[in-house]
Amino acid sequence: MRVIEVNGLTKYYGKSRGIVDVSFEVEEGEIFGFIGPNGAGKSTTIRLLLSLIHPTSGSARLFGKDILSAGAGLRQDIGYLPSEVFYYEDMKVIDLLKYSASFFKGDCSKRITELSDLMELELGRRIRDLSYGNKKKVGIVQGLLHSPKLLFLDEPTSGLDPLMQRKFFDLIRRENERGVTVFFSSHILGEVQRLCSRVGIIREGRLVEVSDIRSLQQNNYKKIRLNVSGENPVSAELPGISNLQNENGSVQFFFRGDINTILRKLASTDVKDISIEEPSLEEIFMHYYE
Amino acid sequence: MSANIFLHELRQLRRSFVTWSAALLAVIFVFFSLFTSFTKDAALMNELLARFPQELRAAFGLANMDLATIEGYFAFSFVFCQLLMAIQAAGYGFGLLSLDESELRADFLLSKPVSRPNILTSKLAAALVSLLITNLALTLGTFSAIALFWGETVYNPGAILLVLLSGFLFQLVFLGVSLALSLTARRIHSVTPYALGLAFGTYVLNAFSGVIGEVKLELLTPFKHFDPGYIVRHQAFDTPFVLADMALVIIAVGLSYWLYQHRDIPAV
Repeated sequence: MRVIEVNGLTKYYGKSRGIVDVSFEVEEGEIFGFIGPNGAGKSTTIRLLLSLIHPTSGSARLFGKDILSAGAGLRQDIGYLPSEVFYYEDMKVIDLLKYSASFFKGDCSKRITELSDLMELELGRRIRDLSYGNKKKVGIVQGLLHSPKLLFLDEPTSGLDPLMQRKFFDLIRRENERGVTVFFSSHILGEVQRLCSRVGIIREGRLVEVSDIRSLQQNNYKKIRLNVSGENPVSAELPGISNLQNENGSVQFFFRGDINTILRKLASTDVKDISIEEPSLEEIFMHYYE
Repeated sequence: MSANIFLHELRQLRRSFVTWSAALLAVIFVFFSLFTSFTKDAALMNELLARFPQELRAAFGLANMDLATIEGYFAFSFVFCQLLMAIQAAGYGFGLLSLDESELRADFLLSKPVSRPNILTSKLAAALVSLLITNLALTLGTFSAIALFWGETVYNPGAILLVLLSGFLFQLVFLGVSLALSLTARRIHSVTPYALGLAFGTYVLNAFSGVIGEVKLELLTPFKHFDPGYIVRHQAFDTPFVLADMALVIIAVGLSYWLYQHRDIPAV
């Protein structure tokens, strides 16, 4: 089943661009990474799907229901962790979580205890006295306490120390194994690489690529480094070559295409050293932003 | 309406309605404790006031006030209560939805499975209950103060009650209008200046437009429509104005529901 279907979704804030003609789908049980730099439109997309803002044009469905006509009941099965968490400052953590739970069917008190124990969150403290990281933990527990079937995580790891990040990822993986679909927005590729099965890349409001994370890494690009004694055999004009750098005989470039063409080209050269490797997602990603 | 939102909002308003009630009671008690010195020379006072130009009396809210009677003196004091009540109600109106946005917790509420009209209804109900509690405290305080300061004196409790009732309707105008205004702004950073501005603006319009001359600007302000002096003298509301105000409240609240339903919640 498709949990998220987005069709030509567009949002303008007056004249300024939010997102333009974004379309993609997320299947049930997927962890979908949504990648882009700040201001690319990641939060806008999430906020549109949650009906916090209204689309200029286009449509979207969650669980097969149109977000504009489905009504508030749709959010019964959705958990949301905003990029910046702010709550009623004078409330105690436990009271805020109970208030949050009161919107959902069923008893969430056991989940609250479990999740808070796991995230090492002190329930008796006032929100105002919490550090940024601890507020983020409140957000995590708050977003998960009603056992949602679909999770929107908007830059979830900022403010969490590495140890907590790992716990958080384990938690998300466990939720995912239960069948929860996760929409994970981030500008940090490493974490998307660790967690997600598919990834959408958004740039200046437009979705430039949706791809399986492995095929994005393996099938497309090779990073080739050469040390040559004589003349440099590669030039930027050759098809498939990008990011060519040449410093005193040390040549580096990305190659996309049939690997044999580049090997034949190199065979006629006196090569001192060569390495061919998978580019990191970071490097691929930068490619989309040139 | 959602009981959980209502109770939560009412709890958030708790300190506010206790403070406002206390402030209003303080006004009543301070004015009433001064009354004894007024009444001794009430006849003289009325005579003196009658010699002031009409415009000046109007500017100080003293036109048509009979300071020699309890009702008259209460009407005089109530104008100052009205000013506070206007600030309170406008504060609720401006803050009802904008506080969630300016303190960036609107995402929390709006990502829950609850519709926006439902949220607005629950919040409005909490504000109304808070205003009712304030009015109730003021009513009880007023009659206690009368009993305390004047014991035996004969007065017209009906007129007093009518003025007190007008206080609640008066607040509805400020609540409704400021709510609608708050939704026309993209973002309200602080509620207090808006609430003070609306309350003092309408107060000054009533007090001083008589001084300026022929332009009947005071007809625009609830301070004129709910003039306690008029209510005491006629033992009735200025009905056309009050009806017009209630219509305005309905329009403003209706508009607020529409604006809120179509609103883009600003991001962090």
